Amino acid sequence: MPILELKNVNKSYGTGTSKVDVLRNINLSVEEGEFVAIVGFSGSGKTTLINMINGLQFPDKGQVLLHGNPVNGPGPDRGVIFQNYSLLPWLSVFKNIKLSVDEAFPNLSKQEKEKHINKYIKMVNLSHATHKYPKELSGGMRQRVSVARALAMNPEILLMDEPLSALDALTRGTLQEEIIKIWSKDKKTAILITNDVDEGILMADRIIPLTPGPKATLGPEFKIDFKRPRDITEINKDPHYKRLRNDILEYLIEVGATRKQTSDQKYLLPDLKPVMPGRVFFGRKKKNEKVKYF
Amino acid sequence: MKDKTIKTIKFFGLSFLEPLLRALSGEETQKNLASFIKKTLFPIASIFLFILVWHLGATALFNKEAEARIEKAKTEQGEEAAKAMADCIASGDVSCQPNTLPSPQQVYQAYIALWKDHLQISEKKSDFKEKVADTNAQREEQGLSPITYTGRPSFLDQIGTSLKTVAAGFLLALFIAVPIGIIIGLSDVLRNSFNWLIQILKPVSPVVWLLLVFMIVKTVITDPNMDKSFIISFISVGLCAMWATLVNTSLGVATVDKDYINVSKVLKLSIGKQIFKIILPASFPLIFTGLRITVSVAWMVLIAIELLAQSPGLGSFVWEEFQNGASDSNAKIIVAMFVIGIIGFLLDRIMLTVQNFMTFSKA
Ligand SMILES: Nc1ncnc2c1ncn2[C@@H]1O[C@H](COP(=O)(O)OP(=O)(O)O)[C@@H](O)[C@H]1O
Ligand SMILES: [Mg+2]
Repeated sequence: MPILELKNVNKSYGTGTSKVDVLRNINLSVEEGEFVAIVGFSGSGKTTLINMINGLQFPDKGQVLLHGNPVNGPGPDRGVIFQNYSLLPWLSVFKNIKLSVDEAFPNLSKQEKEKHINKYIKMVNLSHATHKYPKELSGGMRQRVSVARALAMNPEILLMDEPLSALDALTRGTLQEEIIKIWSKDKKTAILITNDVDEGILMADRIIPLTPGPKATLGPEFKIDFKRPRDITEINKDPHYKRLRNDILEYLIEVGATRKQTSDQKYLLPDLKPVMPGRVFFGRKKKNEKVKYF
Repeated sequence: MKDKTIKTIKFFGLSFLEPLLRALSGEETQKNLASFIKKTLFPIASIFLFILVWHLGATALFNKEAEARIEKAKTEQGEEAAKAMADCIASGDVSCQPNTLPSPQQVYQAYIALWKDHLQISEKKSDFKEKVADTNAQREEQGLSPITYTGRPSFLDQIGTSLKTVAAGFLLALFIAVPIGIIIGLSDVLRNSFNWLIQILKPVSPVVWLLLVFMIVKTVITDPNMDKSFIISFISVGLCAMWATLVNTSLGVATVDKDYINVSKVLKLSIGKQIFKIILPASFPLIFTGLRITVSVAWMVLIAIELLAQSPGLGSFVWEEFQNGASDSNAKIIVAMFVIGIIGFLLDRIMLTVQNFMTFSKA
């Protein structure tokens, strides 16, 4: 049985004439231990989708099933990494993480908790900043705290809503590797929302595109079967990678373009000049030359 | 070390000293000195300018009033009396001085007089304490209340009383407005239901609050030993001043960043934890802004309320001096004015420091 299942999920905001159908007919099934990436344009409803999985929002129609049971609210079995870190600015790194540890493991003794928290702070390489406040941290460090906070709850499923979008390319690369390293240790189920196809290819087992909204729905899935641990430079050289990447991008551009014709809503298409699909076949792409597509 | 000192002085709101410190420590001496002159010396110069204008104004008013007096003596009693009046005014005799805006020197003298008066009264008080020490010890053994000094309070005693009243009023406002603000902030329904009441009561004048409190306290408190005027004035001060805190608290609680609420939901925090760990800390900036306004409003209305409630304090000091009409009464009123202003300023600074200390800066 899949650990997570979405069946014909529909979600809209507003009522009457201002009603917007954001998501329509979403079907998704995630097996235990799988790493699934959902790629989509901004504003298409990715956050809405992940919020229905973590229990902050509920579908209008359809079902979100966790182990076969409908989700009726948030729970410590699902760890969330929010799009904008959402650290509490009045709490230090340690206390931000402690807040979630207190809830997930209320029965641990004080020392055990402290050990547990410090373990996760160390895991994300922030031991030197244990007692710093969020404002004293860089964006990448904040996102690490957010990762540690979610992992410290020891959730069954890790839900990541564009965790790295706000970071610069270099920090992004390091954090991608770190998250994958942590994930591969105990192979939790993970769902990653992203707007970067390369990020999906590097991290996920499957990439599923979300078509642009309104009435966004999940497109055909792309299996990523590169062996783990994946090495970005190795993958970059693999012709299979380029084909895959092209396929995904082409699909996204196609649905983006159709969408543009059928709706009068203004949409900025990504500026794809630097690395057009097909042109990169023989060029060696440098790590920090990553291009943001959407 | 230097950076730490600068941080400290900034924390206490003395950042105008920063350029001087930097200049003294040899850091870009010229630039910092120029900045010090602009930021600190010019404001000091403006104080002298203020005193000068005040002095000129007071002199002009004095001359006008003096001329009016001489003129009046002339028309009512003739040349002779007018000349006597002019001589009298010139001699500085208190009996015939024009009664108008006092000059800076007069105010300074009044300040010295008030200070001396305070020293005298303190001495009397401690003498009295010594004298009745034995008697009081005896009375305590017999279970009687001690004999206390009941003489006239000094100016400093009045300041103390006022500060006590304002502190009591502030605490009352704090304990009413913050909890109510949290409760109505948490519920849209409550906020909408009581908004009209808050909007109507907020602009009500301190005088009306005083009368209202008077009506109630008079009926509720019948014990003649209780200090009714103190109770009336501190409750009125509290009621007048609490609105800023109430409105800000409810606004702060109602507008907590959605991200923080999501965190608390995802962690499934209990209601209590949600309030004390997320909502309250997140609304501290607004709550403390409200409390700061409350303190300054409390101090401002206090004077008027004391004046009307006949309760001891700076307000009644001002009123008594005004009615007293002694030669230096006007000067004493101006002294009180400056004292009120400076204390108000200091209270605000204290609140600002507390506010800076208690609130996080957004990441
Ligand atoms: N609470 C809300 N009320 C109304 N509209 C919303 C709300 N949240 C999101 N939307 C709209 O739904 C769409 C999808 O939003 P979101 O899920 O945040 O997109 P994404 O995360 O993919 O950028 C957007 O058009 C957004 O304006
Ligand atoms: Mg989003």
